Amino acid sequence: MANTTRRAFLETAGASALAAGLPFSIQPASAAGADTLTIAYSAAITAWDPNSGPQAVSPSNQSMYRSIFDPYINQNPNLTLASGAIEKYGWNEDRSAIALTLRQGMKWHDGSPVTTDDVVWNLQRLGDPKVGHPLQAVFASNKNFKVDGQTITFDVSPWRANMLERLSFLGIYLLPQKYFGKVGKEGFEKQPMGSGPYMFDQFERGSFLRLKAFKDYWAGAPPFETVVYKFTTDASSRVAEIERGTSDVTMDMPYEEYDRLRKKPGLASACYPVSDVALLFFNSDGPFADDNVRKAAAMSVDKKAIVERIHRGYAKALDTLLAPEYKGYDPTITVPYDPKQAVALLAKSGFSTAKPVEFTIQVTRGFKPKDYETIQAIVQMWRQVGLKANIEVYEIAKHFELRTQHKLAPAAFASWGNASADPESSLGTALNSKQPHSSWKGGQVDAALEALFIQKDETKRLDGYKAVNRTIAENAYILPLFQFYQPVIYKNTLKFTPHTAGFVMPTQFKLA
Amino acid sequence: MPIVYVARRLLMAVPTLLGVVIFIFVLLRVVPGDPIAMMIPGEATPQDIANLRAVYGLDRSIGEQFVIYIGNLLRGDFGESISIKQNVLSLVLDRLPATFELAFVAMVIAIAVGLSFGLIAVYWRRRWPEYAVDTANAVALSLPEFIWGLILVLSLSVMWPLFPISGRIDPVQAADFKTQFYLFESLLTGRLSLLREVLEYMFLPAVSLALPLAAVIARVLKTSLMEGIGQDYVLLARVKGLSPLRVLLRHVLPNALISTITITGLHFTFLVGGTVLVELIFAYPGIGNMLYGAAINRDLPLLQGVTIIFAVIFILLNLLIDISYTLINPRVRLA
Repeated sequence: MANTTRRAFLETAGASALAAGLPFSIQPASAAGADTLTIAYSAAITAWDPNSGPQAVSPSNQSMYRSIFDPYINQNPNLTLASGAIEKYGWNEDRSAIALTLRQGMKWHDGSPVTTDDVVWNLQRLGDPKVGHPLQAVFASNKNFKVDGQTITFDVSPWRANMLERLSFLGIYLLPQKYFGKVGKEGFEKQPMGSGPYMFDQFERGSFLRLKAFKDYWAGAPPFETVVYKFTTDASSRVAEIERGTSDVTMDMPYEEYDRLRKKPGLASACYPVSDVALLFFNSDGPFADDNVRKAAAMSVDKKAIVERIHRGYAKALDTLLAPEYKGYDPTITVPYDPKQAVALLAKSGFSTAKPVEFTIQVTRGFKPKDYETIQAIVQMWRQVGLKANIEVYEIAKHFELRTQHKLAPAAFASWGNASADPESSLGTALNSKQPHSSWKGGQVDAALEALFIQKDETKRLDGYKAVNRTIAENAYILPLFQFYQPVIYKNTLKFTPHTAGFVMPTQFKLA
Repeated sequence: MPIVYVARRLLMAVPTLLGVVIFIFVLLRVVPGDPIAMMIPGEATPQDIANLRAVYGLDRSIGEQFVIYIGNLLRGDFGESISIKQNVLSLVLDRLPATFELAFVAMVIAIAVGLSFGLIAVYWRRRWPEYAVDTANAVALSLPEFIWGLILVLSLSVMWPLFPISGRIDPVQAADFKTQFYLFESLLTGRLSLLREVLEYMFLPAVSLALPLAAVIARVLKTSLMEGIGQDYVLLARVKGLSPLRVLLRHVLPNALISTITITGLHFTFLVGGTVLVELIFAYPGIGNMLYGAAINRDLPLLQGVTIIFAVIFILLNLLIDISYTLINPRVRLA
């Protein structure tokens, strides 16, 4: 530095400027060859332990986790349970214990065998508070593990009706015990290993993930030799990727863009219902404590118009928190769109368009497709009957904080995803006033729900949920709006099988 | 180089850094958004929430958390990221080279374009090149970096496929880098095809960041040069028979660069701030991209770590700017 002269400094700066002008080549306007699948994905994965930390239960990470790791139990595209690494599964006769039979001959990506010891270690790890699984207290119910041949049995105490479903979705993957012990937590983050259809190859944090086919996968070698997930979190960049052809698949673009892209030659499309349900939480304190106000609010929302005009038909209007793919869904439970009845109900409580009920409604802007626009439309519909809502836009982080503190505004937009398809994971927690995520703290259905938590007769349990669901709809403790659809655009040289859990993973694609 | 001056400046940075640490620690706990509430799924129990608070040390009072945090910081421990579950310092140092290289290339482009435009506007003043430069500056300044990013993607990646849309390198090809400094490593090891690939991926995000800064540099330089050419020493140089270009470059420019460098240094902070959205648009794996994810997930240790390391960088950058004055203009002495 001491020898640097003014002239040398300026010359160096000039040379650097010239270096920026290197000649560039025309970029190839196509993704890699037929043995490579490139997915412009809408989220970036952050960590590789799929059973620990917040990323373990992030729905957007599951596609990548499922490509590398096997869940205990698989899910069919319609969310029903299916054989996977665990070939047979079920409750014992009195439904107090679960038996899981590990598939014979499974291998980890390093060629070593997957053993029942691995399965037990993984199950115990889920319930270990030091590991930090967000549902640790749920999995801590699994105890007294016993192994007989390929079968692992364990008690579920306290009993949880949806434990089998729980082992099929978030944060429930098989990790290799010996390898994890050898490389440690840090080593596993650098080179994760599982028994899934694809092996980890390269990960550029915030940019891409590259996978290689695992030829010894128990379900057969996967169709693509190489899979690349590009983490294109910006929707316009994803559209650019598929439009230019540098990615073979993309997803979650605005519906307007979806309609434009699906007409382009060389591209195929799918837009299908997923397990996310849009809803309005009502706060049991404040104006919505009044039955008439709540019911009027529910009756004055024209959900079909919202779906058709705002979501361009890419959503399904719902009257219950359970979507059709969920167990316990009852299509006979309906809430009519009846603004005249809403006016009459409000009049009973002394409200009218001249003397409206005034309150705040909270919504995110852009967190879910058309969230703000949906609320704008609802506010207009409500104004016609005597409900005057002021919109407050906030971040999703604030929503979750307020929700767990029971401080949401009288009405708040939210979405509830439940790809386990069991009603306990949505209705059971969203409406139970003792649960942290419940906004309705009135407690009117708590006893009924808690009775269902310990109901071991499956038919009675699901019938019970239908009855509770009807009570909730009739009393408008919550206002379900619609089921979200997921738009996917892909090259027409591919064949795609949609999955209701919203997965976009390589095993869903084949060459057409 | 006056070592005493540098040591004094570095010592003065300590209270600044402590202020930053306190400010960011308190701010992150005042703004809405609970990291545990963000991470728990719908059916988490109150016990799950309590367990997670204990795992991340959030069950302690803010005072206790702060004392523990300062103690760890003094030992060089920035904590573990909640969302990424890795050491914050190693995460930041892992991603910093990508952002540093992007900012470096953006600065080089901005300085090259800004200086050229400033000189052109003054040399051909009151003629069409000056008007063209003024118009270009107004357009470049009128749009933020991320809008430039989208425009460049649409025009130079989709309509005319000249540059890649996203990433830092081709994800399909195996890239063999020993460090995270892809640009400098490929340059120093003489792997020109790799250097070209890295520059191709970096070009659009760098230009998006550079355009507004280039316009600022051009404007400031133009104003400084216009002031300079009215001075007596310029008249003397002309009388001595020097050509107008030589007078402009050898006598007026060095003096005008002082204010330009100051403004460039100040705007570098905005440029780094602009990397957040630009890195998102181009899926460029730098600090900005990571910072965005940390903010969404309310990853307190990561947000704190990135902010403190950025503060250190800005302090060092300002020091470098002060030192560079002496190299540009020998009349300036470090006090």
